[in-house]
Amino acid sequence: MKPLLDVQGLSIGFGNAPPVVQDANFSVNPGETLALVGESGSGKTLTCRSVLRILPDAAQLRSGKISFGLNKPVDLLSLPERSMRDIRGDRISMVFQEPMRSLSPLHRIGDQVTEVLHLHRGMSKSESKKAVIKTFEKVGFNDPERAFRAYPFELSGGMQQRAMIAMAMVAKPDLLIADEPTTALDVTTQAQVLGLIKDLQKETGMAVILVTHDLGVVANMAEHVVVMRKGRIMESGPAPVVLGAPAHGYTQKLFAAAPMIPDVAEPAAPLDYSDLILDLKSVSKTYTVRAGGWKAAKKVHACIDVNLALPRGKTLAVVGESGSGKTTCARIALGAETPDEGGQVNFRPDASAEPMPVHAMSRAQRIAFQRKAQMVFQDPYSSLSPRMRVQEALTEPMEIHGIGNRTDRRDKAAEMLRWVGLNPDMLKRYPHAFSGGQRQRLSIARALTLDPSLLVCDEPTSALDVSVQEQILSLLEEIRDQMGLSYLFISHDLAVVARIADEVAVMRQGVVVEQAPPDTLFYNPQHPYTQALIAAQPEPDVNRPIDLNLVSQGAGSSESWAEMYRFDQGSAPSLIEIEPGHKVRCHV
Amino acid sequence: MMFIRYAGYRLITMLLTLWVVSIMVFIIINLPPGDYLSNQIAELQATGQAEGVAKAEFLRVEYALDRPVWEQYFIWVGMAPGPHGFSGLLQGDFGWSFEFDRPVAEIVGDALWMTILVNLAAVLFVYLVALPLGVLAAWRSETWIDYTAAFVGYLGLATPNFLLALILFYYGHKYLGLPIGGLMNPIYEGEPMSFAKMQSVLVHLIVPTFVIGTSGAAAMMQRLRANMLDELSKPYVETAKAKGLAPARLLAKYPLRMAFNPFVADIGNLLPAMVSGSVLVSVVLGLQTIGPALLTALKSQDQFLAAFVLMFVALLTLIGTMISDLLLVLLDPRIRYGARDG
Repeated sequence: MKPLLDVQGLSIGFGNAPPVVQDANFSVNPGETLALVGESGSGKTLTCRSVLRILPDAAQLRSGKISFGLNKPVDLLSLPERSMRDIRGDRISMVFQEPMRSLSPLHRIGDQVTEVLHLHRGMSKSESKKAVIKTFEKVGFNDPERAFRAYPFELSGGMQQRAMIAMAMVAKPDLLIADEPTTALDVTTQAQVLGLIKDLQKETGMAVILVTHDLGVVANMAEHVVVMRKGRIMESGPAPVVLGAPAHGYTQKLFAAAPMIPDVAEPAAPLDYSDLILDLKSVSKTYTVRAGGWKAAKKVHACIDVNLALPRGKTLAVVGESGSGKTTCARIALGAETPDEGGQVNFRPDASAEPMPVHAMSRAQRIAFQRKAQMVFQDPYSSLSPRMRVQEALTEPMEIHGIGNRTDRRDKAAEMLRWVGLNPDMLKRYPHAFSGGQRQRLSIARALTLDPSLLVCDEPTSALDVSVQEQILSLLEEIRDQMGLSYLFISHDLAVVARIADEVAVMRQGVVVEQAPPDTLFYNPQHPYTQALIAAQPEPDVNRPIDLNLVSQGAGSSESWAEMYRFDQGSAPSLIEIEPGHKVRCHV
Repeated sequence: MMFIRYAGYRLITMLLTLWVVSIMVFIIINLPPGDYLSNQIAELQATGQAEGVAKAEFLRVEYALDRPVWEQYFIWVGMAPGPHGFSGLLQGDFGWSFEFDRPVAEIVGDALWMTILVNLAAVLFVYLVALPLGVLAAWRSETWIDYTAAFVGYLGLATPNFLLALILFYYGHKYLGLPIGGLMNPIYEGEPMSFAKMQSVLVHLIVPTFVIGTSGAAAMMQRLRANMLDELSKPYVETAKAKGLAPARLLAKYPLRMAFNPFVADIGNLLPAMVSGSVLVSVVLGLQTIGPALLTALKSQDQFLAAFVLMFVALLTLIGTMISDLLLVLLDPRIRYGARDG
């Protein structure tokens, strides 16, 4: 078959430095999907952008040929800018990673999408609107007219990405380039968006280049795979071959690191709840949103009647999509927010001590509590001050709490660096000298300097590459077991918590819908939302595609659930223990 | 509909603010000990001119300067009856200027319009110059266009206004035959508005506009350039490029719209800065604006005149802020719907 796009010997570089993409060769057949796989810094994004020639100003296309088209192929790299503009958005279009930032916040969705038709088809206003509304229906907007009038901030992330896809599809391009189109989305939304791209592809026969770091996504989408690392292609071939028997060591490493939901043979035994380090009792949080002007204030229930117990030395994971209330729970547990009347959080520093209510502490008790309960944040790039040396960042907590003298603090900081697998020589460096994974090690070291007994980890791996993610999880496990720590682990990803958690609470719309040890949960998931979460997890196996029906049913509103799980008039049924250690929110 | 309600709401808050400003203006003016008349009486008594003293005493009573300060305030605003019943700002009586021995309204009358005219011209100049230059400098950043614009801009910021005024007058007159000083040919002063008079005013406006506007334009240009540079690196610009938009249209439709917010929000700050900044220029250039009157009034504690000028500047500022707030609401849907989505 003649390829639609053929990239030959592509090299891209910055300034006088060695090239960041070197001698890349691949081709895309019409109607097929090619996956470009790699971690950050692999050059996959630059490679796909060079097809449209929308590289950063400083980037130079050093050599290569990109021929595009079936009948009369043109070389995209030598085409004049004016003709290039006719190809962009018309014959080749693109979908980006962060839909919120990739849509202009000041223009209506309809305006931004019709623009493509005005540019390339010269359509009139009413004609283009008709075409766009039709595309909106196809990408799954329930009310296309409303979406047409909406501004991006009025839509959810998944809906924004659908709008982006509509924008890319409306001119019926021959080739769609999707650069990590689902990385910023929740798993269930990711599954639906991937399904949508696949359906549209089937219908229009366009080719797709899918840029991703997730082998699970590749298995669900691609016919061909190209694995990149540090600007070079490591391995390429048909997806079943590359995924079934990866030949290159790097591909094998990626495979080993990919988080997966394990197959479980039997449910786990329930946890022992006799010694709780942290105990949340009927915690609710209601925010009052000031509507401004004359309108009445609106009440938002961030979490409703949450009961969570963390046994000493164990890990309790709270899993849910954005807006499910998981972060609010963590903030309440740390005393950063007060729960509504009637809720209580108890902290028990050691097995012999009396439980202390976190929200009714004296000043001295509070300071002692803050020493014992520390936090690891999501984004290691912004949670370390760029102007503080590692040593200052690590000793500051001890200074605040007045622990030891200068040399003691320095020694402790050095010891902590060793604990997290870094070298004590690094104390004098600034954070910018470290990679993402190393920075997350630094923030873990910082949390450990006060000898805490409880760590709250807020999505500690979601900003990291898969292979690094795996290392950080191992490190957290190791520290927990050696130091006897307890973790409250917040995540949106069931596969990530699968290995580290002793107990998982799945949250949806502010309530816990199902709670059990992970093995029990994976062996016998009961709640439709949990089932959707598990089904939506893309697995790097071409023979096990995502079951989209299960996902859309479970991740939809509660009306799409089976009768026994449904919320009536906004209030949820109660949480019921269906077997020892396994609670589900359902009617009996 | 929502916009009209918002505008009404802003108008009410503006009036309330103006009221608070009036209290503060009055307090500040009364902070130095004594007033114009008591100073004058002391001076007259020292030189033994009893006749003048009687007139000054009469004026003191006439303008209620013998009463407590708070009472004076209410009489000045027109919320309490003075010696001649209610007659204050609310009723359109701006008081008496002791220094010029004429009603305030008569002194500032023409100057008021001239001030508005000069400053409007300067603001227009600022926007017309800063907008294209700022956009161009950002789009072609770190090229000769950017560097030249920055050089000229910094020159404008760094040169003292009065010096610039003198230089421009000299060369403007020498090579272009522009008039020196004043805002119109003296023969038109006091004449009713006519085509010839307007022409004369416009020609006289050229140099003052340039002088007052240059530093503002330079600052605004640099700010717009910085905003544009931030916006140009945002992903939505890339989206627009990937659609196949041509550079000029892309620039105008997306990043410029975003960079425009601070630009619009600055109208409120620009006005008072220009009025107070142009006092010195007005003195040097002999412009019949309100600036020189304010300077004299403050020096001699001519309180009604000073208070009126300060109130006028405050009003200009508040109107400027209100205009920019309303424009922002029209321009940015996030602000417009901000209240709804919380």
